[in-house]
Amino acid sequence: MTDNTSKNMRGPEIVGCREAMAKLYSFLDGDLTEQRREAVQRHLDECSPCVQAYDFEAELKKVLAARCKDSVPGYLKERIYNALRSEEQKSQPL
Amino acid sequence: MADKARFMELITGYMDALYTAAMRMTGNASDAEDLVQEAILRAYRGFHTFQEDTNLRAWLFRILTNTYISNYRSAKRHPETTGMDNIEDLYLYKRLKRGGLLGQGRSAEEEVLDSFTDVEIKEAIEGLPESFRIAVLLSDVEGFSYAEIAEITGVPIGTVMSRIYRGRKVIQKVLHSYALERGLVDGPSSDKPTLDVHTPDQSADELESSYRDGQLDNISDGVSDLPDGSSDNISDGSLGKKVKCS
Ligand SMILES: [Zn+2]
Repeated sequence: MTDNTSKNMRGPEIVGCREAMAKLYSFLDGDLTEQRREAVQRHLDECSPCVQAYDFEAELKKVLAARCKDSVPGYLKERIYNALRSEEQKSQPL
Repeated sequence: MADKARFMELITGYMDALYTAAMRMTGNASDAEDLVQEAILRAYRGFHTFQEDTNLRAWLFRILTNTYISNYRSAKRHPETTGMDNIEDLYLYKRLKRGGLLGQGRSAEEEVLDSFTDVEIKEAIEGLPESFRIAVLLSDVEGFSYAEIAEITGVPIGTVMSRIYRGRKVIQKVLHSYALERGLVDGPSSDKPTLDVHTPDQSADELESSYRDGQLDNISDGVSDLPDGSSDNISDGSLGKKVKCS
């Protein structure tokens, strides 16, 4: 599904450094339309200062995701399943 | 009752993610445990209203977030927000030590990013003001889209973006202070011209305003208003696609 029906058909979009930086997080967070994304990508393919900044922010995003994970302790899982089971019994007709 | 059995099966796959989020929200294990259990029980009770073709993960996180907001937020989990907005874009990146040779051919980027411990990353996130913390958590840690986060937290998408961006700046500043202690980055008042090659005359303020173009310039402090978002008067314009998660 594309949403370009409402857009005028123009030539390929040109993205400069300033716009590339303004779009950095939208790009990394997957919030750009395909068209936008490709336009930014074309800029990055040719601009090493921008691509370096993008790479760093992308890596930092990965670090944030990877280094703050916790696992449910076994006893909590047990506790939750028990609570769910007794909840289920409560809801059974007597 | 078949769907209740199915719930038991499904929930297993989400427990770690829910627990991680609960830990970052509450900042302590005993509250996090109670929060996760309560949210899962609520989800169980409401599971018959859940529509199979919608996003279960977002639905569960919405219940978790609402449960947190209604029962677990506490005064001490509202750190100060003053000074949050004077942080440059790319704060950490702009202070990397450039050009020097680092051991084993590692880049300055790798060196700095590898130096952060799990505890430091967790602290950086947990130290954010509540609404920023939740937005960053849902985006960076749980990988939700802006539109999904808007659904989960019940605020407009422009507000979500603003919270994520501002929250990230604070995190970068905190991480910078850790890296500075290790001598891996330049000090706070870095005015090296090297990195601005591509935006030579552009100040942080200008960059800031280009972030805000059209969508983010209407933002209230957005801090203590998570439940109703009534003071966040931002149109969500044409950003993102609508996601159903109710
Ligand atoms: Zn560029």
